[in-house]
Amino acid sequence: MKVFLLALALCSSLLVQAKVAPNTSADPALEARMMVIAEELRCLVCQNETIAASHADLAVDLKNQIRIKLTEGQSQKQILDFMVERYGDFVLYRPPLKTTTVLLWLGPFTLLAIGVLTLVLNVRRRRRGAQPAALSDADAVKARALLAGPSSNQ
Amino acid sequence: MNSATATGGFKRFLPLGIFVVLVGFLAIGLTLNPREVPSPLINKPVPQFKLAVLNAPDKTISAQDMLGKVWLLNVWASWCVACRVEHPVLVELSKTNQVPIYGLNYKDKSPAATAWLANFGNPYAESLVDADGLVGIDLGVYGVPETFVVDKQGVIRFKQIGPVTPEALREVILPLVKKLSAT
Repeated sequence: MKVFLLALALCSSLLVQAKVAPNTSADPALEARMMVIAEELRCLVCQNETIAASHADLAVDLKNQIRIKLTEGQSQKQILDFMVERYGDFVLYRPPLKTTTVLLWLGPFTLLAIGVLTLVLNVRRRRRGAQPAALSDADAVKARALLAGPSSNQ
Repeated sequence: MNSATATGGFKRFLPLGIFVVLVGFLAIGLTLNPREVPSPLINKPVPQFKLAVLNAPDKTISAQDMLGKVWLLNVWASWCVACRVEHPVLVELSKTNQVPIYGLNYKDKSPAATAWLANFGNPYAESLVDADGLVGIDLGVYGVPETFVVDKQGVIRFKQIGPVTPEALREVILPLVKKLSAT
C-alpha cells in the first residue's frame, strides 16, 4: 500500500510536469534523425513509452539533448552510449546481449521450443494409439450406474 | 502398465508444478519496484558540475570542491510532490550533523524553491541550481526525488530513487556513510 501510494505520488508529480512536446527544431531532416534515435530510447518516467512518443518533461529534455548532439555531429552510437552511461541498459528498447540479458533474449525462444516439442510429441503419440482404450469392468459398472441414475429418480 | 501410471502421475502434477513456479516468479515480481532502475553510475565518479548556489548566485560549487568529505546529494524541486514526503526526514537528519546534505534544485524556479525551503525548513548545506536539468541528465535523474551518497574520493556509492524513508536512512544510508567516513 505504501509502495502504491509512493508510486502514485511519483506519478502525480510527473503528471503535473507533463506537457505537449514543442517541435523546437525548424529543420525537418534533423527532426527525422532525432526521432529515429528517440525511437530506440525508453522514457524512464513512463516506462512503456519511447522518448519519441512521450511528452514527459524528461523525454522533451532528452530529445533536445539528441538534437544538440546531432548538430554537434555526433553519431547515433555516440548518442545512445551517452544515454546508457547515465540511465543504464534499461534505457535501450533493444538491450544488448550480455550475461545478464541472456534469459531475456533467449527465454521466449526456449519456451517456444518446449511448446513445439510438446505439441509434436503429443500429436505423434495420439496418431499411434488412436483406438480408444477398452473399458475396465469397474468403469463399466460405474457408467451403467450413472446412465441409470437420472431415470431411476423420475 | 506400471510406467504408464507413473507418467500419468507426472502428467497430473505437471500443470501444478508449472503453476507453482509461475506463482513463485510473480511473487518475486511483486516485491520488486519497476521504477527502481539500477543506476550505472554506482561506483563511478560524480559527473563534473559547476553550479550556482541557490540564494547566492555569485557563488558556485563544483564537483572538485566536494572532495575529501562524505556527502549526500539530494535532487529536489518545489514542484515535486514526493519531495514533501521525504523532506521532514532530511530536516531531522540535518539536525544530527552526521552528514552534510547538498541539494540539487532540479528544473525549478529559484523564487519558488526559496519559498518552499522557507515553508518546510532547509536541511541543505547548500542547494545548487540546475535550472535546465543538464546536471540532472548527467546524474541519470528520472524521478525526483533521488539521493546519492558520495564518498571522499567523489565516487557515487549509493542511489536512493524516490523519497528517503526513515528505514532506508537507518538501514542503508547512515551505515554506509559511517563506513565511508571511517576510511
